[in-house]
Amino acid sequence: MSIWQRLTDGVPARALGALMLLAALLLAAPFLLRVLPAGDYWLSILILVIYFSYIGQAWNIMMGFAGQLSLGHAIYLGLGGYVAAALYVNLGIGPWLGVFVAIAAAMLAGGLIGFLGFRFSLAGVYFALLTIAFAEFTRILFDHFKWVGGSGGLFLKVEAEGSAFNLQGSPLLFYYVILALAAAVFVLCRWLLTSRLGYYWLAIREDPEAAQAAGINVLRTKLLAVLISAGLTAVGGVWSAFYYKNLFPESAFAMGRSIEVTLAPIIGGLGTLFGPIVGSALLVGLGDLFTTLAEYLANTWGIKAAGLKQIGYGLALLLIVMFRRDGVWPWLARHLGFDRQREDRP
Amino acid sequence: MSADPGQFLLTLLQAIVMGLLTGMVYGLMALGLSVIFGVMRVVNFAHGEMMVVGMYLAWLAFDQLGLDPLVSLPAVAAALFVFGYVLQRTVINPFIGLPEHMQFMLLLAVAILLVNACLAIAGPDTHGVQVDYMFDSFNIGPLVLDAVRVYAALAALVVAGLLWLFFTRTRAGKAIRAAADNHIGALVVGLDVRQLYAVTFGIGAACVGAAGALMLLIVQVHPFLAIDYTLLAFVIVIVGGLGSMSGALAGGLLIGVSEAVAGVLLQPSLKSVFSFGLLILVLLLRPQGLLARRS
Repeated sequence: MSIWQRLTDGVPARALGALMLLAALLLAAPFLLRVLPAGDYWLSILILVIYFSYIGQAWNIMMGFAGQLSLGHAIYLGLGGYVAAALYVNLGIGPWLGVFVAIAAAMLAGGLIGFLGFRFSLAGVYFALLTIAFAEFTRILFDHFKWVGGSGGLFLKVEAEGSAFNLQGSPLLFYYVILALAAAVFVLCRWLLTSRLGYYWLAIREDPEAAQAAGINVLRTKLLAVLISAGLTAVGGVWSAFYYKNLFPESAFAMGRSIEVTLAPIIGGLGTLFGPIVGSALLVGLGDLFTTLAEYLANTWGIKAAGLKQIGYGLALLLIVMFRRDGVWPWLARHLGFDRQREDRP
Repeated sequence: MSADPGQFLLTLLQAIVMGLLTGMVYGLMALGLSVIFGVMRVVNFAHGEMMVVGMYLAWLAFDQLGLDPLVSLPAVAAALFVFGYVLQRTVINPFIGLPEHMQFMLLLAVAILLVNACLAIAGPDTHGVQVDYMFDSFNIGPLVLDAVRVYAALAALVVAGLLWLFFTRTRAGKAIRAAADNHIGALVVGLDVRQLYAVTFGIGAACVGAAGALMLLIVQVHPFLAIDYTLLAFVIVIVGGLGSMSGALAGGLLIGVSEAVAGVLLQPSLKSVFSFGLLILVLLLRPQGLLARRS
């Protein structure tokens, strides 16, 4: 079976068509958005959507596919960003090279956490707490790590002469880089799900003991999920470090950042390929909606209160979780008719 | 650090005693988390946020009515009980027994709502209470104990004692323990498990609310403390043994002391390295907690 056949096997034609349309729209989006008033703003929102869908997809490999709950993914984002940024700022090594060191660093951390956690058979909340503990530990270490600026932070200069060679440039560059990453990870995830490894993961997610009994090397298979997820997340960390151009341990390794990573895939639909994308679009959209709403309230009615925006966001989140607990995508896919298998399948 | 070893030891001892007193309040906070998990297997990811709500209620009582947090404590605990009871009945109950990530997301939404409600009502500034004994202290030999910490620790001990009496001496308490031990068995003998779960969540919330009122005597409150308290409560219950009441109290004392001692031996900014290091070690080597017997 060719790669293309394998990737598209069992996907309804209308879903494939819709996907192609989406890809074309996203490729043309920066030029389409230019017609709108405040087109730059909408592009920045779209960048956020794609960024969160990318890291959500990476996290989903570990939790959605292999069933290992990580609430400490900020450690991989933070390590990735810090490694690439420090190499660039301190040694002049560009991010296209630095990203490989960043991936290696994150995989090392992931390997350590995964090995310890799985070797000592931690699962569920206990494993999640272990990931939190390591992220917090790293945050405190980086607070005192002077080579990368300690708690004072690490800054990337805005280079007027910056070239794409050093991942410096306009939002357009960052848009296409993150879009390429998101598209690549989407295809990779589909490929993984149709591979032997993917089936092993699903087996472990559904019943680790049965998987073990069936002869799957559970420790090794779970470790692979952590390694792949950590490495991909680190790439997102590098992108975000160069996009935002500053890093602080307090935010780079924050618990809140780890939680941000988990939102899109859980709200969108855990273990599904479109979950992270739909979840990210929904959540970023809601965040923007409530920001606008809070501004409107403040300007028109004079109602000003800090936290109003987040109250709306929290309420929306609560309602989605309560009424779509398997995520929005499975429900949406059913209504769009994307979940039906092709007739010619045995 | 002092050059004189005697002086240094005294500083250390002083820190340990202070840590024990603060740790008592930590213990009460973690007790709430442990009770909720022990009975209905729900990890309350909004625990620190409930703590902060308790702190704000105590601050409002002080600010508006001039009430000492020690006096407003029963009212704060009662308010949190009602909140916890209603929350369990309406929002959390359908999620009992569901996968952890669903409960996590649900309580995360609750946490976002709580912390931002505090922010919207009280603003981002820090608030504290000025009680008239805030600069008093007790001298025991060479040790100086802050009166506020002593009162807070004693009150926390009283609340924990009341809780122990409730769970061992009253019918409702025994019924809750029965439901925790054997869910189906409890249903078979005709216990109203839904009601018991709601009461349990209310009790857990009341515990953390009481702890919040007491904590306000020691520290000032602002909304962004919440996530730190959530993490702290997790560290404590894991170290003491998730679901164990005595473990939560002992874990609170241990973490209180370790923070205080780390503040003396290392830089204050490194104080949570001890707690997270301890958390990692306990998770790996004794996941059932330091006190609990291996099951």
